[in-house]
Amino acid sequence: MASHGIKDRVAIVGMGCTRFAEHWDKSLDDLIIEASQDTFAAAGVTKDDVDAYWFGTAQSGMSGITLARPLQLDGKPVTRVENYCTTGSEALRAAAYAVASGAYDVAMAVGAEKVKDSGYQGLNAFPIPGDGTARTLTAAAMFSMVAPAYGKKYGVGEDELTEVLARISWKNHQNGAQNPRAQFRKEVSTETICASPRVAGRLGVFDCAGVADGAAAAIVVRAEDAHRYTDKPIYIKALSFSAGSGSGLIDPEYDYTWFPECARAAEDAYQQAGITDPRHQLAMAEVHDCFTPTELVLMEDLGFAERGTAWKEVLAGTFDRTGELPVNPDGGLKSFGHPVGASGLRMFFEAWLQLRGEATPERQIHTDRTLALTHNLGGYPGEMVSFVSVVGTELG
Amino acid sequence: MRGIVSIAGYVPYRRLQRSAVAQVFGSGGGKGTRSVASHDEDTTTMGVEAARLAVRSAPAAAPDAIWFATASPAYLDKTNATTIHAALRQPTHVSAFDFGGALRSGAGALRSSLAAAGTGTTLVVLSDLRDGLPTSADESAGGDGAAAVLVGDDGPGTPVIAEYLGGASVSDEFLDRWRTAGDRRSKVWEERFGETRYVPLGAEAWEAALKTVGVSADQVDQVAVTGMHGRAVKALARKLGVRDGVLADDLTTTVGQTGAAHPGLVLASMIERAEPGQVLAVVALADGADVLVFRTTDSLGAWSASHTIADQIAGAADLPYGKFLSWRGMVTPEPPRRPEPQRVSSTAAWRNEEWKFGFVGSKDRSSEAVHLPPSRISMKGGAVDDMEPVDRADTEATIATYTIDHLSYSASPPIVFAVLDFDGGGRFPLELTDVDPTTIEIGDKVAMTFRKLYTADGIHDYFWKAKPVRTGGSAAGGGAAGNSAAS
Repeated sequence: MASHGIKDRVAIVGMGCTRFAEHWDKSLDDLIIEASQDTFAAAGVTKDDVDAYWFGTAQSGMSGITLARPLQLDGKPVTRVENYCTTGSEALRAAAYAVASGAYDVAMAVGAEKVKDSGYQGLNAFPIPGDGTARTLTAAAMFSMVAPAYGKKYGVGEDELTEVLARISWKNHQNGAQNPRAQFRKEVSTETICASPRVAGRLGVFDCAGVADGAAAAIVVRAEDAHRYTDKPIYIKALSFSAGSGSGLIDPEYDYTWFPECARAAEDAYQQAGITDPRHQLAMAEVHDCFTPTELVLMEDLGFAERGTAWKEVLAGTFDRTGELPVNPDGGLKSFGHPVGASGLRMFFEAWLQLRGEATPERQIHTDRTLALTHNLGGYPGEMVSFVSVVGTELG
Repeated sequence: MRGIVSIAGYVPYRRLQRSAVAQVFGSGGGKGTRSVASHDEDTTTMGVEAARLAVRSAPAAAPDAIWFATASPAYLDKTNATTIHAALRQPTHVSAFDFGGALRSGAGALRSSLAAAGTGTTLVVLSDLRDGLPTSADESAGGDGAAAVLVGDDGPGTPVIAEYLGGASVSDEFLDRWRTAGDRRSKVWEERFGETRYVPLGAEAWEAALKTVGVSADQVDQVAVTGMHGRAVKALARKLGVRDGVLADDLTTTVGQTGAAHPGLVLASMIERAEPGQVLAVVALADGADVLVFRTTDSLGAWSASHTIADQIAGAADLPYGKFLSWRGMVTPEPPRRPEPQRVSSTAAWRNEEWKFGFVGSKDRSSEAVHLPPSRISMKGGAVDDMEPVDRADTEATIATYTIDHLSYSASPPIVFAVLDFDGGGRFPLELTDVDPTTIEIGDKVAMTFRKLYTADGIHDYFWKAKPVRTGGSAAGGGAAGNSAAS
């Protein structure tokens, strides 16, 4: 019994990603087709060259037919994947394992979400018949309980914590402003961030991820075949996943200052990839900043900062795009937007661009490091699923 | 000897200052306050709260039947008493019946149970929500509340604190007040007509009752006259022939007239103030008159109210008139732009009856970890199917952390939500109610309260919320009876 991982056995050889936005004029099919065509082109293949497909969507459609119909895939194995907000990452994980197992030569993961057809702001879960006792809080409310708990545990005053969270939002807006595919392409001052209307607890509008439509996709092949498709493959070093038991909600020992599922997934990923010092080995990290306190706590769960110190590192600019370890250089969920099923693959897309030196010049990270991390979570504090990957440009 | 084994009133937390009505409309209203059920309360939930208080003061009593009377039932066709039955975690052999529709059903249920000697112990629950169109007399004079009376034969475990000496009822068919099914408001005939009917009917019943029990008017120590016809109530009270100071506060200036619940509420209020050996009487005017006469016993000395009506009146908070109108559906404020909740699954609710209605979780026998809701497999150690039920409805809890959600769907946003750590073990995140969001602090104590979360497709979603334990009267007891329910 062990988590062996598939280090260096699978490579990403093509990716595509639509702009994330309120695409009033585009259907789910339009978004799927755009991301898929770009990905086929990047890998130099056609849809017929792909042996199997995994399609991630949280609630824009059901079954593999949601992908097979718009792409007109005839008779291919197409599977729909759903795992809360980690849906896109899970599509890639499934495709990568399929190739690593030898079952297929070429597999594709597509993630897409059409959020803005509901007529409501925010994300709304698909209603499942129940006894009426399940909580009905928004995600913002659940995550809003993290900030005061963190502040209390580590002695960070309310005003100081507000400054820290605003700094995270400010950074992600700075990064998004440079990114042509991001939903929000405006820099926002910390004053504006702090003055925004409250959504839940002390969280304001600028503490929350953008809600957008979008799609992203990746094609994976065996590592030894990668150079047939591209000169610059991105190798999968680690894929890890951890689902909590939900006991955090009912266990008095859980204190809302960390996400055990994320810490476990990170530990497993580092072991698979052979990483011992993530902060100094990673070129960049894309993390699931659904709310600003989430990103703060993740810096510790992912081992980028010691427990109780991430808030100081945030203020010191450690995670800025020009800092020691750039976090969410593409703008993150905050300003790139969060079409649930696409977000996990969007994170890989940023790693794909940055590690291959293909980000637009003004936002390209210049570094000798060759590894990138993506972190994707779903659910709430106490009841969460978490995904961590490490990818790199070199074998070994 | 048959009589009252325990009794309690429940008055909701909110009050409407009657003067607020004229400030908005230029007319209507009056002096004093009226009680207002929260947006998450109905006659069933208020009945549950009153019943919990009554049962808590008589922990050894086991009801054989639950009778529920209201003129504002949450459901028609479906019995509301079964919801109370479930919330009180009663076994299936305890019967549950509704006395529905008429205002008189409250007094009628009470008198029927008291007169039925040898029929075991009956928990009689009276509850009502009263209002009318804005500026109407019914809107101001009405009140919301419930009362629960545990009626039984004197015996071990069920000492009678007030013996039922007897009573009288007179009935007459005349139209003073009426409401057809589906109508939002009641209508009344010219007031003078009702007064000319009620005063002689009340006097007739009063005389007959005193004669039956062999007590003269000047031997009565406390009497309350109650009814929706305010002028008739006042006129009859003057004609009873009782000593000065015997006429009890009918709670109309503070709580308002709570309709079908009111005979029980004023009776509870009198018993809370009574000494052993006193004669108490209730006169209820509705489509005739009902008189009930009691003598408190020595057992009253050993009995105490779980949460007195006086404390509930003192521990209230004002509600703006606009909120009152929106909670009663008289105006519709903009709802949060979120999807409305889906209806509750009947089958899922039934399977989880103990949890949903009784707030019963489970405790792992080996690790003692408490699971809310109950779980088959333990979160600590993984033991399978080795759990025992654990009641938490009567257990206080401490706020571990909390938040205020401005976006979630609610009949009265924002939602205040707290992570609660229960005394004796167990954690559950739960909505707070009857609370001012600006006064909550981590570490505050809360008690459970049975509420209606929402209604969809005509199905009420009943579950538990938590409310602050306020000084000056425990909101949930926590005395011997409260603790005995927790394992």
